Amino acid sequence: MRPFQYARPDGLDHATQLTAPADTMAIAGGTNLVDLMKLQVETPQELIDINRLTMGEIADTDDGGLRIGALATNTATAAHDRVRREYPVLARAILAGATQQLRNKATTGGNLCQRTRCYYFTNIDQPCNKRDPGSGCGAIKGIARLHAILGTSPQCIATYPGDMAVAMAALDAKVEITAEGDKGRTVPVRDFHRLPGDKPEKDNVLEAGEIITGVTLPGPVEGKQIYRKVRERSSYAFALVSVAAVVAMKDGRISRADLAFGGIAHKPWYDPRLSELLVGEAPSAALFDKAADLLLEDAQGYGENDFKIPLARRTLAATLANATGVEL
Amino acid sequence: MEQDQPATDCKLDQMSQGIIGKPISRSEGFAKVTGTAPYAAEYPIENCLEGVLVTAPIARGKVTSIDVDAGLEMDGVIAVVEDERMIARPAQGTAGEAPVQQPRQVCYWGQPIALVVAETFEQARDATKHLAITFDADDLKDVPFDPHQVEPESQESSSQGDLAKAMNDAPHSIDAHITTTGHASAAMEPHSAIAEWDGNMLTVHSSLQMLNYNIAELADSLDLKEDEIRLVSRYVGGGFGSKLGVSEETVAASIAAMKLNRPVRVVMSRQQVFQCIMRRSETSQRLRLAADNDGGLTGFGHQALVSNLPGESFAEPVLQSSHFLYGGENRLLEMDVARIHRMTAGSVRAPGEAVGMPALEVAMDMLAEESGVDPVELRLRNIPESHPIKGTPFSSHRLAECLKQGARQFGWDGGSRQPRHTREGEWWIGTGMASAARVHNISEAKARVTIKADGTAVVETDMTDIGTGTYTILGQIAGEMLGLPRDKVLVELGDTQFPRGSGSGGSWGASSVGSAVFVACEALRKSLAERAGVAEDKLKLKDGAIQNGVSLVDLLEGEDLSEEGHYEPGDIDDDYVAASFGAYFTQVRVNHFTGETRVERMTGAFGFGRVLNETTARSQCIGGMTWSIGAALTEALHFDPVDGHLVNCDLAEYHVPVHRDVPDLQVIMVEERDPAASPIQAKGVGELGVCGGAGAIANAIYNACGARVMEFPMTPDKVMARMPDD
Ligand SMILES: Cc1cc2nc3c(=O)[nH]c(=O)nc-3n(C[C@H](O)[C@H](O)[C@H](O)COP(=O)(O)OP(=O)(O)OC[C@H]3O[C@@H](n4cnc5c(N)ncnc54)[C@H](O)[C@@H]3O)c2cc1C
Ligand code: SF4
Repeated sequence: MRPFQYARPDGLDHATQLTAPADTMAIAGGTNLVDLMKLQVETPQELIDINRLTMGEIADTDDGGLRIGALATNTATAAHDRVRREYPVLARAILAGATQQLRNKATTGGNLCQRTRCYYFTNIDQPCNKRDPGSGCGAIKGIARLHAILGTSPQCIATYPGDMAVAMAALDAKVEITAEGDKGRTVPVRDFHRLPGDKPEKDNVLEAGEIITGVTLPGPVEGKQIYRKVRERSSYAFALVSVAAVVAMKDGRISRADLAFGGIAHKPWYDPRLSELLVGEAPSAALFDKAADLLLEDAQGYGENDFKIPLARRTLAATLANATGVEL
Repeated sequence: MEQDQPATDCKLDQMSQGIIGKPISRSEGFAKVTGTAPYAAEYPIENCLEGVLVTAPIARGKVTSIDVDAGLEMDGVIAVVEDERMIARPAQGTAGEAPVQQPRQVCYWGQPIALVVAETFEQARDATKHLAITFDADDLKDVPFDPHQVEPESQESSSQGDLAKAMNDAPHSIDAHITTTGHASAAMEPHSAIAEWDGNMLTVHSSLQMLNYNIAELADSLDLKEDEIRLVSRYVGGGFGSKLGVSEETVAASIAAMKLNRPVRVVMSRQQVFQCIMRRSETSQRLRLAADNDGGLTGFGHQALVSNLPGESFAEPVLQSSHFLYGGENRLLEMDVARIHRMTAGSVRAPGEAVGMPALEVAMDMLAEESGVDPVELRLRNIPESHPIKGTPFSSHRLAECLKQGARQFGWDGGSRQPRHTREGEWWIGTGMASAARVHNISEAKARVTIKADGTAVVETDMTDIGTGTYTILGQIAGEMLGLPRDKVLVELGDTQFPRGSGSGGSWGASSVGSAVFVACEALRKSLAERAGVAEDKLKLKDGAIQNGVSLVDLLEGEDLSEEGHYEPGDIDDDYVAASFGAYFTQVRVNHFTGETRVERMTGAFGFGRVLNETTARSQCIGGMTWSIGAALTEALHFDPVDGHLVNCDLAEYHVPVHRDVPDLQVIMVEERDPAASPIQAKGVGELGVCGGAGAIANAIYNACGARVMEFPMTPDKVMARMPDD
């Protein structure tokens, strides 16, 4: 670990000032950042400890939705009564992640900003365009087991590894961001993470000096909510493929199909065409196949992760079958 | 004593204390769960400097320069130690001499090449990342990483009869190619050491399994005499083979402490433990089985390819139990080793059988299907009378009993084995079984037992307890022999000031050092009998007193009585084949869509000679079965194809089973005494639980969903790829 300065801001405004310089970073639960600092993957000159800011609240919004503060822990969010009742896909996604100990420390903001688990990213003696732009991508020719099949670029094929944000993408939640001088903005979770393109070092749209203050969920909707995470062991493993689904049926036809995918792209993958294809149709194996064709139209494997293409297809079919009551 | 004859009448069965075999909890358990048992790096040693190993980011080549002066300019840095005596690889188990030194010659990615010593750990670690080092790296195109890309060397080869012909002639035959990936020991406690040098004597607290060999390895590495070194290893947070030999941090800490005249602590990072400690070699295996109409084997072939670095003598002994487990007149056993530049391959949890047995047991399952014989019955029919080639008798053999008892408890009904018989929603449910076998290892060991004038006893040996229960069972053996309750026997381990034990490894600790304690106690009983004026075989000792009511305290009249027990294996293994056996039965569910597999229940029946302590033996079986789940479903080392480095080098990405992967495991300990195995009639149990269990799970996957997967571990992608279409 490199020596670093440590500062505790007095309030949100102060925090945005302190995090504006390039070499500073906010620290929340520290469960991702501290690990990466030990490995010298992250080398901030100054850590801005935002934990004393009052951003941990989970509260109802005026339009019937729910606002989850940036510092609410994953444990608190998953255990929240309304989350469990009205947004079960979110509770399940959070509980499918990490371990109880980690979730007790992990926060909403930190979880959104967690970095990829790409093996080459976390090993500073290996090339990685995300960690060290221009150094090359070790994974493309290497072990790409964890890696993306959609939205990759020749510079980077990493995945966003988290679960919580995948459920939030299905629910169409919005990220509240604030910057110095109260220049706030709101970004849909679906647009918060970026594709790597030729700037893989940038995971998401957050700019220096911007701090996430919370995430708002729209009012609850009808339908079945499912979070399905395929992984190598039954707990404490990142997703090979995951699907968050909010699916409703009316008169034997699909009336809502909000689907988001984890483990297959640099961001929680949301493809609006799926909803367009599915809504209004009667569920069937053939329809699910069509949905998978559409989803995976441009999918590309990198050897070790080729299996994710059929796995995503099968997981999608199983999830839709489950949600619509079709037997496959 | 040297054992040349079976020990048929064992005194342990004739004693009165009644604690041998009893389910007594580990005596150090309380200290461990309350955090008061100090592990190697935790000794509060004053004035201690912190060292961090510098590792090479190249696969092969030379270190041409290390800018030591610039290193010394860095914050807090006291020294940059680069020394020819530092070891470049860990020592193999029981080597007893220095492993490859000369760390400037790099042979694998991540090899330690130097040590930075600083006032704080953080300063040392930071400096390692900024040290200016130049390398003359070999062209990666010339460095082999893939065992299939080099011409292998033959490691062993034996044949009898004509296997090819037997395969041709047989009504039933199986020719299966099965692969297993590399494994890491993945012990919780990282490799660590604190070394102190007082000008004459080097004292090292280190996390090691075999001090009796480690002291020689360290002495040889440092050019010291053994009597100038004291090694201490009282508690070891898991070893699983990875701490059999002395490793890089211990030698580096010692050199630094001697150069700087200050204590130096070196703890490997988790990544370093994965990248420069022993790996288990990946294996490619071919199994050929030929059988008559009733499933009786007429041919048995097992071939394997494993790998290691150039210059290493160890090769994963895949065929170890294949030599004698099943019959078949026409036999071919061959093993080759490929020299490649991944880190050192060595002993990891049951070297050999842990990967050889699952492959063999998958082939046996295929033969059961092919011949229409129930898998349990097939194994029963093929248990040989004696060693299939040498003809030597078995010392004791409980495989049949394990198969029968296991089948009964599990509810194996011998009915149809048609796959895909049960589906619940998305999940296929099926069962599978496999045999377990592990060769019996035993070694020379010494232990001193003292009966103190106050009527308590002390057992002393440099044997280690790596969490398995050695402290407890040695106290039980001594207590049983000397008529003392367990809490009146103090067991002192893990210090080379004590007589040389056997070390913990190869499941031999309990029988080897247990026999040394037993031998010492026999001698003590003789002296006590003399003092009491009775014949030794009439001497009854219980609760600190002899039969006539005279207490040990009175009998000793203020004196201590001390004996050193020395056990040596002798030549009895010329006359008998000794091994532990067992059987696994399991039920799994496999997801039709994703190929995810969950073990629902598992029964293991094991025969391993005398059970010295029901609780600790059961725990060993459970641990082994848990590793079987890991080997079957999750554990895999992934190596980069470009430079051979290990990519998944932490416990988040190297997947050992978590609690949720492990159902309630049923253990049956089959009654057995093996007089030829050891004077206390015990064999090894530590590794037995992982010697085939992965095969049972693989067979259950097939029975559940019809996917016959030939690659371990059977991760969702592999199962899904073989899932039959509806
Ligand atoms: C072994 C292990 C297994 C795991 N398994 C899973 C899993 O299966 N699924 C899963 O989803 N996650 C998993 N995680 C990741 C875990 O969820 C994240 O580490 C955690 O959510 C990060 O939250 P934190 O508060 O600790 O973030 P920190 O480590 O404090 O910060 C992470 C990043 O977020 C930034 N940040 C934090 N808060 C804000 C804010 N308010 N505004 C702007 N930036 C901010 C920090 O600057 C930093 O860059 C695992 C982690 C570990 C260590
Ligand atoms: S995939 Fe992305 S994160 Fe991984 S090595 Fe390539 S550039 Fe780095």
